[in-house]
Amino acid sequence: MSFYGVELTSRLLLGTARYPSPAVLAEAIEASKTEVVTVSLRRESGSEGAGQSFWSLVRALGVRVLPNTAGCYSVKEAVTTAHMARELFDTTWIKLEVIGEPDTLQPDVFGLVEAARILSEDGFEVFPYTTEDLVVADRLVEAGCRVLMPWGAPIGSARGLNNVYGLKSLRAHFPNIPLVVDAGLGVPSHAAAAMEMGYDAVLLNTAIAEAGDPVAMARAFALAIEAGRTAYLAQPLEPRDMAAPSTPVIGKAALGD
Amino acid sequence: MKRYSVTVIGAGVAGLCCALELSLRGVDVDVVDRGRALGDGSCSWQAGGMLAPWCERATTDAVVAERGAPSIDWWARHFPGTIRKGSLVVAQPRDAADLTRFAQRTERFEWAHADRIAALEPDLAGRFRRALFFPDEAHLDPRLALAALVERLADRGVAVRFGVEMSPEEAPGDMVVDCRGFAARDALPDLRGVRGEMVVVRCRDVALARPIRMLHPRIPLYIVPRGDGRFMIGATMVESEQRGPATVRSTVELLNAAYALHPSFGEAEIVELGADLRPTFSDNLPRVERHGRIVRANGLYRHGFLLAPALAREVAGTILDSTDVLERTDADIP
Repeated sequence: MSFYGVELTSRLLLGTARYPSPAVLAEAIEASKTEVVTVSLRRESGSEGAGQSFWSLVRALGVRVLPNTAGCYSVKEAVTTAHMARELFDTTWIKLEVIGEPDTLQPDVFGLVEAARILSEDGFEVFPYTTEDLVVADRLVEAGCRVLMPWGAPIGSARGLNNVYGLKSLRAHFPNIPLVVDAGLGVPSHAAAAMEMGYDAVLLNTAIAEAGDPVAMARAFALAIEAGRTAYLAQPLEPRDMAAPSTPVIGKAALGD
Repeated sequence: MKRYSVTVIGAGVAGLCCALELSLRGVDVDVVDRGRALGDGSCSWQAGGMLAPWCERATTDAVVAERGAPSIDWWARHFPGTIRKGSLVVAQPRDAADLTRFAQRTERFEWAHADRIAALEPDLAGRFRRALFFPDEAHLDPRLALAALVERLADRGVAVRFGVEMSPEEAPGDMVVDCRGFAARDALPDLRGVRGEMVVVRCRDVALARPIRMLHPRIPLYIVPRGDGRFMIGATMVESEQRGPATVRSTVELLNAAYALHPSFGEAEIVELGADLRPTFSDNLPRVERHGRIVRANGLYRHGFLLAPALAREVAGTILDSTDVLERTDADIP
């Protein structure tokens, strides 16, 4: 799997917020073998350099950092935050979030497309946090995105894949764009389901960070993702209405006359 | 015999607890602080003052509850203003799942339904259908508690001198306890600041007997009654080392919580806005380190009042173990 030409082995991307401590976060990353973590700049900054200590801890984890624009409600805010991220983490990667509604944290897809275009033209490699809407996804690709991150369910809701049909259509429509389910997952089976559908990767935060044992949960998700991916490659069956006997019935000994 | 002497640098909750524990063990203690007066430049001054070891279990290592639980008795012994009426945890209907989750992760609570909530906190009657009541927890007013420790030290002949800037290396005494909090980062490079913001309001129309925690998707919000119609609303947790005043966003979130708890808070007066940095190590747990004659006690994070007594015992133990010239006065140790 590669994102913007960067080859990755692990198909699990982790958020860095809300862990019991940075030390637990480091252990969870190790347990999950994740290679990419996402860091929020907006909330932890306020002004330049204010979050330095936490960011140094994240940098010291030895994994690739995907900065994000969580908490941005406008195109301008998101673009400014992306620029700050590029300087701070020395990366052109940006997980673009433009939030449209504070209660559901639903993406503002109109602002998202606009910000994605501005940032792509400016040399950023954009990972847009979007809904499963096919047309929006099309516009994002048109704006320059080469990775798409549709939600499974609202951020932190632990509901799993709300619209399996929509996510499947997206996969079918974009066979060559890496697709990552971002947000809304609660348990490892949700992640396995996404991978079985052919999604390239999964991005998680709360489901691991707020588990009773984040390190064990990180490992559980890593195993589920591996299982789901392996199952996808092994070409699983399609559901059918009738039983399909695994032993032939023709030629069975008939009773009676 | 000459008494063993120790200089404690820093008169926040860590320094004052250490000073008292050492003094109780017969050590000759001197406390200095670079602030002009008690609380000046100390993040203890902005603390919530909740002694809630079992609630903290929801989001922290079990060691916080283990080491924090005995601090309730410690404070009750040294500060008569310690109020042991438990704490109450509530959630908005939309966050009901969070209450169940909180219950799964904590202990020593009772489920309280509408009648019980009304009996405990009459002003919250009819506002919540379910809550968690932690009867064994306590709370205090941090500023009064710090002042009480200074007084207790004065009674024992221990001076707390303000406006004295001193580095641990140049401090006098047989040993030095470095309780400078975040200012000790020069010596503890892995110390980081976790910003916290709080609001104090005055509201005559609501009375609360105990701290109320409101489960919130982002921050552990609480409202602590401070008496005389005053309430402290805290506290944000931001991975930032900016020391500036409370931001609009944080203030709005804190005030919203109070308003959601009871609409009468809408008419409350804002008395104070505060912000400071909590000194924190990467595991979010406190640590005592000895380097020669300097003992560094730091990293109390958001558990200053909850964990300072345990930290102080550890510091006293470290110092007692390091010497045999001590004139022990065990009778003094409660």
